[in-house]
Amino acid sequence: MPETPTTPRARRMVDLSSPVVWAAAALLALLLFNAVVNPGFFAVRIQDGHLFGSPVDVLKNAAPTLLIAVGMTLVIATRGIDLSVGAVLAISGAVSFTIIDGSSDPSSPATAAIAIGTALAVGLVLGVWNGFLVSVVGIQPIIATLVLMTAGRGLAMLVTDGQIITAESPAFTWLGRGYVLGLPAQVVLTLLVLLVVAALTRRTALGTLIEAVGTNPEAARLAGVRSRSITWTVYVFVAFTAAVAGLMTNANVSAADANRAGLFIELDAILAVVIGGTSLAGGRYSLTGTVLGALILQALTTTTLTMGVPDEYVRLFKAVVIIAVFLLQAPRIRAALGRRRRGARGVTSPDVPPTDAAADDVRPLTPAQAANSPTTAMPDAAPSPTDQGVLR
Amino acid sequence: MPAPPPATTGGGAPLLLETHAMSTPAPSPVVEMSGITIEFPGVRALDGVGLRLFPGEVHALMGENGAGKSTLIKALTGVYRYDAGTVTVDGVPQRFGTPAEAQGAGISTVYQEVNLCPNLTVTENIVLGREPRRRGSIDRRASRERARRVLGELHLDLDPGSVLGRHPIAVQQLVAIARAVDTDAKVLVLDEPTSSLDAGEVAELFRVVRALRDRGVAVLFVSHFLDQVYEISDRMTVLRNGRLVAEHRTAELSRLQLVQEMIGRELSTLEHLDREPSADTPTDAVPRLRARRLGRTGAIAPTDLDVHAGRVTGLAGLLGSGRTELTRLLFGADRATSGSLEVDGRPVRLRTPRAAIAEGIAFCSEDRKGEGVVGDLTVRDNVLLALQARRGWLRRIPRKQGDELVAKYMQALDVRPADPDALIRNLSGGNQQKVLLARWLLTEPRLLLLDEPTRGIDIGAKAQIQALVSQLAAEGMSVVFVSAELEEVLRISDRITVLRDHRAVADVPGSTATLDSVVDLIASGGDRA
Amino acid sequence: MTVTDTAPAPAPQRPGRSAGRSAYAWLRRTDTGSSTFSVLVTAVLLVVLFGAGTVRYENFGYPQVALNLLVDNAHLIVLAVGMTFVILTGGIDLSSGAVVALSTVVAASLLEKGWAAPLVIALVLAIGTLLGWAMGAAVHHLQLQPFIVTLAGMFLARGLCFVISEPSIPIRDDLFTGLAQNVVELPGNTYLTYAVVIALVVVAVAAFVLHRTRFGRTVYAIGGNEQSAGLMGLAVGRTKVAVYAISGFCSALGGLLFSLYILSGWSLHAIGMELDAIAAVVIGGTLLTGGSGLVLGSLLGVLVLGTIQSLISFDGGLSSWWTKITIGLLLLVFVVVQRVTTRRRR
Repeated sequence: MPETPTTPRARRMVDLSSPVVWAAAALLALLLFNAVVNPGFFAVRIQDGHLFGSPVDVLKNAAPTLLIAVGMTLVIATRGIDLSVGAVLAISGAVSFTIIDGSSDPSSPATAAIAIGTALAVGLVLGVWNGFLVSVVGIQPIIATLVLMTAGRGLAMLVTDGQIITAESPAFTWLGRGYVLGLPAQVVLTLLVLLVVAALTRRTALGTLIEAVGTNPEAARLAGVRSRSITWTVYVFVAFTAAVAGLMTNANVSAADANRAGLFIELDAILAVVIGGTSLAGGRYSLTGTVLGALILQALTTTTLTMGVPDEYVRLFKAVVIIAVFLLQAPRIRAALGRRRRGARGVTSPDVPPTDAAADDVRPLTPAQAANSPTTAMPDAAPSPTDQGVLR
Repeated sequence: MPAPPPATTGGGAPLLLETHAMSTPAPSPVVEMSGITIEFPGVRALDGVGLRLFPGEVHALMGENGAGKSTLIKALTGVYRYDAGTVTVDGVPQRFGTPAEAQGAGISTVYQEVNLCPNLTVTENIVLGREPRRRGSIDRRASRERARRVLGELHLDLDPGSVLGRHPIAVQQLVAIARAVDTDAKVLVLDEPTSSLDAGEVAELFRVVRALRDRGVAVLFVSHFLDQVYEISDRMTVLRNGRLVAEHRTAELSRLQLVQEMIGRELSTLEHLDREPSADTPTDAVPRLRARRLGRTGAIAPTDLDVHAGRVTGLAGLLGSGRTELTRLLFGADRATSGSLEVDGRPVRLRTPRAAIAEGIAFCSEDRKGEGVVGDLTVRDNVLLALQARRGWLRRIPRKQGDELVAKYMQALDVRPADPDALIRNLSGGNQQKVLLARWLLTEPRLLLLDEPTRGIDIGAKAQIQALVSQLAAEGMSVVFVSAELEEVLRISDRITVLRDHRAVADVPGSTATLDSVVDLIASGGDRA
Repeated sequence: MTVTDTAPAPAPQRPGRSAGRSAYAWLRRTDTGSSTFSVLVTAVLLVVLFGAGTVRYENFGYPQVALNLLVDNAHLIVLAVGMTFVILTGGIDLSSGAVVALSTVVAASLLEKGWAAPLVIALVLAIGTLLGWAMGAAVHHLQLQPFIVTLAGMFLARGLCFVISEPSIPIRDDLFTGLAQNVVELPGNTYLTYAVVIALVVVAVAAFVLHRTRFGRTVYAIGGNEQSAGLMGLAVGRTKVAVYAISGFCSALGGLLFSLYILSGWSLHAIGMELDAIAAVVIGGTLLTGGSGLVLGSLLGVLVLGTIQSLISFDGGLSSWWTKITIGLLLLVFVVVQRVTTRRRR
């Protein structure tokens, strides 16, 4: 159920208020635009048993961002944010390449395994650190992760001694440039993580509990939910995704550049999540939306590039699109849209139960008032105020 | 029936009140509201209510929760627009659009939650927005002098340069009053200013209020503490269900009469309610829950409470009497600062709700929206939340089993619409409450704490919930039932603990308790019973 | 069931003051939450760091080394001042680094085209202010989170940079080079640049505005309790929009000073500079939750960062990345201490 933040009502018809629908429409429009303007866009050819073409490029280039965005979705669902993923990515790449570089047998699979294992372990430790600051010490997430965001790249450079480390390890390089069944290994790995997360959140109660913690922390606490460990866990997980993304991106270029690797990826990941319709205020999240969001971001870049738009306009174009998406999601603008919809719905479907906002504010009603009130059910005949049990 | 003597009559009590009949209390009121009507969608919150405030009086605005007190205050201070009626200030008709406009006309408000900036100094808070300036820059010396003067007028010995947030809430409240004085307020509205103060702090607050009254300020005082109302007020206006009940001189109204007016019953019309006779609890049985001197500083005085198996224990008292605070301690929602708890004779420490749940305790909060429902989740997920939380995230309740449980309880509690996949925030209040009950019943608790489970829900759902509680008790569950609705408490409870002013004042068996006796206990704390 | 206890009304006991652990007791007594105390801590830190440098490295004690802290960081000081305004209201401005880059690019490209320098300066400042104002309006009127709005602003500003010019453009304008190369001679054979003078004027003006005007008081009030500020009749909306406009102005001015410092405009200048500014503000004792802090603290915060950089560059053995790690650690210490002191206060 955490899949799509659509109401059950919306399952029957397309709910225009759902951000996921908007994101899907945006992606579709982008792709259609490409199909018209650039007929060659969808041409996928097979070469050496591998798929090539713009769609594959989009998927491959989106993979690291998407991977991190999946972890970020869960963090944001708990009302948090993690700014340090770019730094974690850099550290992960730095650690793995340093190990391979320093090993006596850089090309052996065992070395690659040790490098990967260590990098992931370091990522997990950094996640534990962030989660500790947020869930135990109680520091605002944005500030807690700012610490590692600032120090992280320094740590990465400490590991690499400030050098850009290049190393060739076939087993390791496969992570970035390999293929599985014709698809780039990065895409397959990301899909794998996505499937595991989807399964974990839907097959276990994790998704529901995360949403409960993000929607109403106090209600969740009173219901006995272990909010602290859940919050902690999501920070560990997002750091894990960042570490994996670090292995992929660094393996792709066969080099670890502590300074540039994963620069701004935290912002791209957050953008993907927000474009996908998960609110920064926490609560309901949508992995589908996040996937769409990450693809939109990458498709935008690829589209503008294949269209021959000068490279320098790509960023501006992206910025404008992103600002448009944010404006559409502004509470005020949404409220204005929602008001119009709700008004219409109230007329057409009187079975929609009323909210009790007004009743919470002023209560109780005298039976006479209640009888006049269309929002209050009065199953019994209204007795006179004096003998009806309205005693406040 | 003799009225309790007003605690204060001396000092500057306005003479006009002493010499004029209640109906024509002399010169001209500083504020006169009449025929104020406010409608919210589907609800008439205020229905032709009037209020008169005279210079130099402390006027208490009385009424139970939902009577319309806050709405009336908000109409006066420009927060709400009213649909009908007039407000005149010094005889001039006014219609305030914002709190700032009301302030401009000399009406200042001090809220329960101090509405000042804790990070600024006392001086800065007092003069904020009206700082004296000299050549385009704030004149700090003049600011400090002005603050010192105002504090001096109120006889407050306070360092004007100290940061506000470092003072206790009581002092902050006094500073808020000082700010009002600095604006030359003619009318000062005090909306439950004493709810978190101790006795000494209240005395200090009252000293300041009296000083203001003596200067001719009209003070509108809202409080749930009857003792305080009788101590400080000269006159009072009683509201009930959005209507004006009466205007009284405090000295002429007994507490019993006041409570009757607030809750809307004449003693003569009260009859003994039909209730299943409950067997008296054997005194030697080990209670399911035993609290000894359980208390929390500032919330509830040390209290003893025994809850037996298969019994409903009612907590009766006015709003703010400590009902909710006590219930929250029993669930570990707040930590107790004193006393001990035993479950089945075993000492337990409830540091968290999880610990309480592990002991088989369940708790429905009075704040359904803020602490109960998880609005973004479906009814199904809300029902399963507590059970799922107890199992841990890894062991998801199997889909089929969950569906069956949800269906069973939704049917048993008659949740409508009967769609487990509806978002809970789209349900009506009564149905949300049923969902929350289902959430807890699923955990098969041995002790169910219900804080205002029937508040704000329609009568049909209310009756269903009451029937359910009786049934659960009959099946052996222990229930603590909190409600502002006395009749409900009386009808359901086997024993009733009466709370007043943050402490338990009496414990009566349900079989002998009558509305009269409980109302009397609430009013006078058993002193005169 | 019995209710035997009818103890007197609950008298809140103040938490007992344990006399033990004297350092802790001293901390309890001292108003550690006050901004003056925080700034004092930063000042002590600065002196200790600088003292350590003087003891350890032969030439560190030269007056010009101290003055170079200002010379090398004039732009960051201005940036931190703008950031202080925003953070005091409880907001954040992620766009300032990008606006610095945009300012350098706009200035360099227009100067290259032969525009008059004063006109360029005015235009750059106007662009920055306008951008900030727009972000403030989005924060206030659309109720969007500052983080998201300024993130979008950051993308927009960087995007504009690339559109104007991707490669780095050198600045050869006489006024700019003149301002950059001429210095203010001070006694003792030391000097300051004009950029430093401008930065210090900005600090002074900001301090005046924050402490001596109603606008400044409103900034603090919003950070303390926005709802209360509204109920007290303060112009909350106008002030919130204004602080982002001020931050935009400061970013643009910082960008101009930065272009004086390196005499070029480049779209990749000042990457991550907003983080340095935020770090300086936090190390300067301003609460990230808003409502408490001094501009003077932010100035000292920048100097602390500068000192760390100097220390590391003086020590041949330490590599430059230690700067980032040290700043991160300092940030951590300050954030945790802030958390502990504010938790105690509530």
